[in-house]
Amino acid sequence: MRSFAALRTTIMLLLALVTPALAVEPSEMLKDPALEARAREIGRALRCVVCQNQAVDDSNAEVAHDMRRAVRERLAAGDSDRQVMDFMVARYGDYVLLKPPFKSDTWLLWLGGPLVLLLAGSALLLAARKRKLEPPPAPLTDEERARLSALLGERKP
Amino acid sequence: MIPELGHYALILALAVAIVQGTLPFVGAARGDIRLMALGRSAALTQAFLVIGAFLALTQAYVTSDFSVANVVANSHSAKPLIYKISGVWGNHEGSMLLWALILSLFGAAVALFGNNLPDSLRARVLGVQALIGVGFLAFILFTSNPFERVSPAPPDGNGLNPLLQDPGLAFHPPMLYLGYVGFSVTYAFAIAALLEGRVDAAWARWVRPWTLAAWCFLTCGIALGSWWSYYILGWGGFWFWDPVENASLMPWLAGTALLHSAIVVEKRDALKSWTVLLAILAFSLSLLGTFLVRSGVLTSVHAFATDPARGIFILGFLLLVTGGGLALYAWQAPKLAGGGLFQPISREGGLILNNLLLCTLAATVLLGTLYPLFLDLTTGNKVSVGPPFFNVTFVPICAPLFAALCVGPFLNWKRAELWPALVRLRAAFAVSAIAAIIAGVAVDGRATLAAIAFGFGVWLIAGSLTEFLGRVRRGRLATMPRSAIGMSISHTALGFVVLGAVATAAWNHELIRTMRIGDTAAFAGLGVRLDSVVPLQGPNYVAERASITLTRDGRFFTTLTPERRLFTVQQRQLAETSIHTNLLRDIYGTLGEGDAAKGWTVRLYWNPLAPWIWLGAGLCAFGGFVSLSDRRLRIGAPRRSRATVQVAE
Amino acid sequence: MNRFLFVLPLLTLAILAGFFGWSLLSGRDPASIGSVMVGRSAPTLPGQLGEGLIKAGKPVLVNFFASWCAPCLAEHPMFERLKSREGATIIGIAWKDKPEATRAWLQRLGDPFTRLGFDQDGKIALDWGLSGVPETYLIDAQGIVRLHFRGPITERDLGTILPLLRGGS
Repeated sequence: MRSFAALRTTIMLLLALVTPALAVEPSEMLKDPALEARAREIGRALRCVVCQNQAVDDSNAEVAHDMRRAVRERLAAGDSDRQVMDFMVARYGDYVLLKPPFKSDTWLLWLGGPLVLLLAGSALLLAARKRKLEPPPAPLTDEERARLSALLGERKP
Repeated sequence: MIPELGHYALILALAVAIVQGTLPFVGAARGDIRLMALGRSAALTQAFLVIGAFLALTQAYVTSDFSVANVVANSHSAKPLIYKISGVWGNHEGSMLLWALILSLFGAAVALFGNNLPDSLRARVLGVQALIGVGFLAFILFTSNPFERVSPAPPDGNGLNPLLQDPGLAFHPPMLYLGYVGFSVTYAFAIAALLEGRVDAAWARWVRPWTLAAWCFLTCGIALGSWWSYYILGWGGFWFWDPVENASLMPWLAGTALLHSAIVVEKRDALKSWTVLLAILAFSLSLLGTFLVRSGVLTSVHAFATDPARGIFILGFLLLVTGGGLALYAWQAPKLAGGGLFQPISREGGLILNNLLLCTLAATVLLGTLYPLFLDLTTGNKVSVGPPFFNVTFVPICAPLFAALCVGPFLNWKRAELWPALVRLRAAFAVSAIAAIIAGVAVDGRATLAAIAFGFGVWLIAGSLTEFLGRVRRGRLATMPRSAIGMSISHTALGFVVLGAVATAAWNHELIRTMRIGDTAAFAGLGVRLDSVVPLQGPNYVAERASITLTRDGRFFTTLTPERRLFTVQQRQLAETSIHTNLLRDIYGTLGEGDAAKGWTVRLYWNPLAPWIWLGAGLCAFGGFVSLSDRRLRIGAPRRSRATVQVAE
Repeated sequence: MNRFLFVLPLLTLAILAGFFGWSLLSGRDPASIGSVMVGRSAPTLPGQLGEGLIKAGKPVLVNFFASWCAPCLAEHPMFERLKSREGATIIGIAWKDKPEATRAWLQRLGDPFTRLGFDQDGKIALDWGLSGVPETYLIDAQGIVRLHFRGPITERDLGTILPLLRGGS
């Protein structure tokens, strides 16, 4: 039993040594579920500035923890979501937004995909119109239709 | 001794690859049968040598030979055997060797199973394949030698990144590489066809099994990676639009487009130059992914330790392979005569729409992944492109793709009527509309977009089944080609992926709470009690394991046992999640930090339909394998039998 | 036109490769997050911390550090040097550190700071757009942030710091 206790102490000590926590901690959370839900939404849209492509909400970095707390403080003080985002952008720049704003230097990012679709799509349509196939064959006359069904009927077992 | 033998085998393999990458081309140009036949034996020899090298490295890992620098840096004697083996490819050098191994195995497979290819085509395919091999082998030997020794040998190694010590991730890279590298065969076929100046239905048939195999493996690889991040990262996310994930998604999208356009080449002799381009792009995007992961131009959670010298080498290689391929394309492709004509509303038209949308998706991912780099270089401004961006740019383009997906199989080749196809789908449409309304009203009134997306998922399933059942009703099941069955399976499976992703993302519940032993809570209609937290000694970690009992209506329901592990060698902490699944939903628990006095942070998530994401992806790949087993597509089965092809359909 | 379409993929590749080559050769740090503080007036410091120092006709250095942070240890001699040789005004702010640990650390290594502040909960840091420690800001005589270094100050950085520090005084 002694060795078990010793093991327990060692493990607890070892675990206490390393950096803690996975993302949002209970101590950070707001009492008001509606506000907390907004805070989570914002946390998912903000980038943790010291991590690699992680949202503030998913990060256990110190600075992410501070940012989550600041978001909640602002929300509790009555800020709108937009104001909270602006608060962060004022400090960390557009870098902090996981969805870049539409601006003079990001229009290509936003419109690139649709532009590809539009250009390639219209090129295809133009090509199709130019090709316009041979005109569709004239519809069968009644006589032909009768012969056809007769032929088809014959082949049916 | 054995590492030196491995190193030597690799050098020999490079020499063989150089021979294989030159003489068969000469043979094909001169019509010299002997030189062409050389490609076959060289491919087999090369594979034999690379297998030897790979086994040599594996042996060093399994026996924990710490005189090999690579083993020291990435292994540890206390590691379980399976992770000693997976450690071989859990690092840059070893994973490049795995890449070279798979490349040479594919080469050998073409040599073995390509008996029905025309001699010159096979010689050229093997030649191109060997040239790619030369690049990789030279890269390994000159910049990333895994067999380097250290002296004196340290007593033990540094261990493998704990994140990688996981069954899901042990097999994720091999799957992914089978996909990436499989596209090299497709690429080699495209280059060979451009050199021959001929692309026809037979060519499309020969390429298709290789494309399909690569695509299936890539699908599995991506799904495994996503599943891994779902259970390892501790909060149930499954896709993060990280550059490395995007790097695997782009070749998948291009490969999917290629699978569809190749059908048009095969059946209608049209879209030839476009299909050849896609074949080049699918592999180029695979290489681009490798470049992005290993050069350090982008940061990513998953990136390997990076090195600019390696970056330059891979960039040069990427330029040679892609640039060479595209230059040849620019020169030769205009000579490929266009084939059968068709109306915009037709099966061909549907497949073109599919290609247009898939390529737009790939372009969106490419632009989103690289834009921060472009902007930083040109203006110095920093932006981040993350999940919220892709949710509003990528997802909307999926809508027309999914909408059209169910309609396409109802359209006739050459010329079709849209309306009758839609009429046949009216029941499927009604079902999905009702599903969307129920989802919107009953499940969550605020998540309108999620409800619509859910409707699309149901549409994919219902629409694909309508088509399948239509064939069955007309008594065509017995004669239905395996490829058609495979298509139905894969299309239906995509619907399951969509449903799983939408439901998990939009309708999950969570409980994040500090709990002491004996504390109770209510969660998603269940009672929660933290029973115990006990210490635990693993092979190379120590841990705390919680026992969380869930009750329903006061009766025992299940116990979750999440752990918090500390890997002693690396001093890294990892949450081991505990998941209870009934295939309709996951109850997902993790244990955070804490102690008996303060209590522990306990996280529980209720993820509806989450298992469908990976079951669906697996089913999607299974559909591909079913299609692969089609007799007509069996590797090399048809021998220039275009006439029968057209009669068959 | 048709011909152009066949060359288009090659052109796209050339552009991409150009960017990649540029990125590799420029020595760009992909992890760099930039700073929006440069060119703005310095955020206010709580209490008396900045009073009479910032916007007082002389450039000021603001250094966020912590006793538990290894790179801070590495850059510490730089501040000692700036203090003794240049007579620089330096405000030190200990980030997420216990005051007694900070004081002991400074006692051991020397205290180059004109004033010492404590930011135990990281609130000051957030206003300054800090991502971690160490980070250093140079604020000119008018109270405008002119430089923002993320990471330890090195010998090379003195080349950009000194002219601004001297020119402003």
